[in-house]
Amino acid sequence: MTGHSSHIMETPSQTAGPYVQIGCTPSRVGLAGINPGKDLGASLVSRKTMGRRISITGQIFDGTGKAVRDGLVEIWQADHNGLFNTPLETRGKPDPHFTGWGRQGTDLKTGLYRFETIVPGRVSWHDGRMQAPHVTFWIAGRGINLGLCTRMYFPDHQEDNAADPVLTGLEHPTRIPTLIAAPDGDDAYRFDIVLRGRNETVFFEH
Amino acid sequence: MPEHPKRIGGLFPRNRDRHPPPFTPGYRSSVVRAPQFSLVSIGASLSELTGPVFGHDSIGTDDNDLTRNHAAKDGSPIGERMIVYGRIRDETGRGIPSTLVEIWQANAGGRYHHPGETYHAPLDPNFGGCGRTLTDDEGWYEFRTIKPGPYPWPNGVNDWRPAHIHFSLFGQSFAQRLITQMYFEGDPLIRHCPIVNTIADQATIDDLVARLDLRASLPMDLLAYRFDLTLRGRRQTYFENTR
Ligand SMILES: [Fe+2]
Repeated sequence: MTGHSSHIMETPSQTAGPYVQIGCTPSRVGLAGINPGKDLGASLVSRKTMGRRISITGQIFDGTGKAVRDGLVEIWQADHNGLFNTPLETRGKPDPHFTGWGRQGTDLKTGLYRFETIVPGRVSWHDGRMQAPHVTFWIAGRGINLGLCTRMYFPDHQEDNAADPVLTGLEHPTRIPTLIAAPDGDDAYRFDIVLRGRNETVFFEH
Repeated sequence: MPEHPKRIGGLFPRNRDRHPPPFTPGYRSSVVRAPQFSLVSIGASLSELTGPVFGHDSIGTDDNDLTRNHAAKDGSPIGERMIVYGRIRDETGRGIPSTLVEIWQANAGGRYHHPGETYHAPLDPNFGGCGRTLTDDEGWYEFRTIKPGPYPWPNGVNDWRPAHIHFSLFGQSFAQRLITQMYFEGDPLIRHCPIVNTIADQATIDDLVARLDLRASLPMDLLAYRFDLTLRGRRQTYFENTR
């Protein structure tokens, strides 16, 4: 056998279901005693983290406009200098006080999620162009058959956004606003995700 | 400004035919939560080729033993005691070391420990249904748990989930992130399940079915089921040298 047919193939996805928070944010569903300490991804920053401290809050809306209250939201982003906290990072030494990864369940009553993080530095694209500062989002939950990936950009980086290779490459530029957070007070941003219908968020595959 | 590294290889394109499509009316919840637009294809940049790394300090000693991690001192959950083990590898067959594996499941009666749960089967005071572990240097993982029960759920008039364990996996790239479910060999409910049947192809469904493994069982103690999982592969690169 040659080529693709000889590869082992990726395991198929199944929905995370309504109880994803048992496995991923157990303290949110009354299982704080398991996995002693905090839920993984509960905090990205410490007092020593470099960069401008911000919060990101939002909700995920379904096609009827109802907030998803049983979902999971993860973020992954570069540090203040545009470096990722992983051994794969070869461009420099990332901030050891910034994990880059956060995870929250959407609130069981309100559907809100909230992260305390920093504004990421800029990261280069395949061809060397610089991307605008952005946060990668991944969401899963009941009714979502394969985890969905999107990006949040910052409303106060208009020049960077106007030159960003992903935003400028979109086939439907009218959808760009779905990827840009709204200012929500001092050092606070609001980023809502719409799964379906009017103002549906752009989701990516890589 | 840091330069773009040449060292991290790209991922093989995802074979979407193996995954359920977003809109699967047989599974009702997908109808209002499935995007209508196609996914926008962008090559993976560093933002998706990198991903979080987890250390052993983030995992407790009993985290992979669901028969103990929520049990009273002299208590033990009700149900068939079992080992669930296997290997996490990528599409090139290489084991993925030190990657986080998380599971969650119902108790032996088919009831979840969750405030939103409505099924009237009893809670088991000695069972929480949540576990996690890191793979070893070759990508192997192991959990101890009890067999979850099937349960009815609001979808069609009379839909029941086959016994299953939910799995959450990371790999090394955020674009490898995957959540799925494991089923048990021989369960007659598998072929009736609307969630299982969001996957079109029977051979692909079979990849989600764990096999009884008597040789890995502990006599007079635990039966073993083997479940291997595969994450998206990377093109060959200098990646190994960077670790
Ligand atoms: Fe389930």
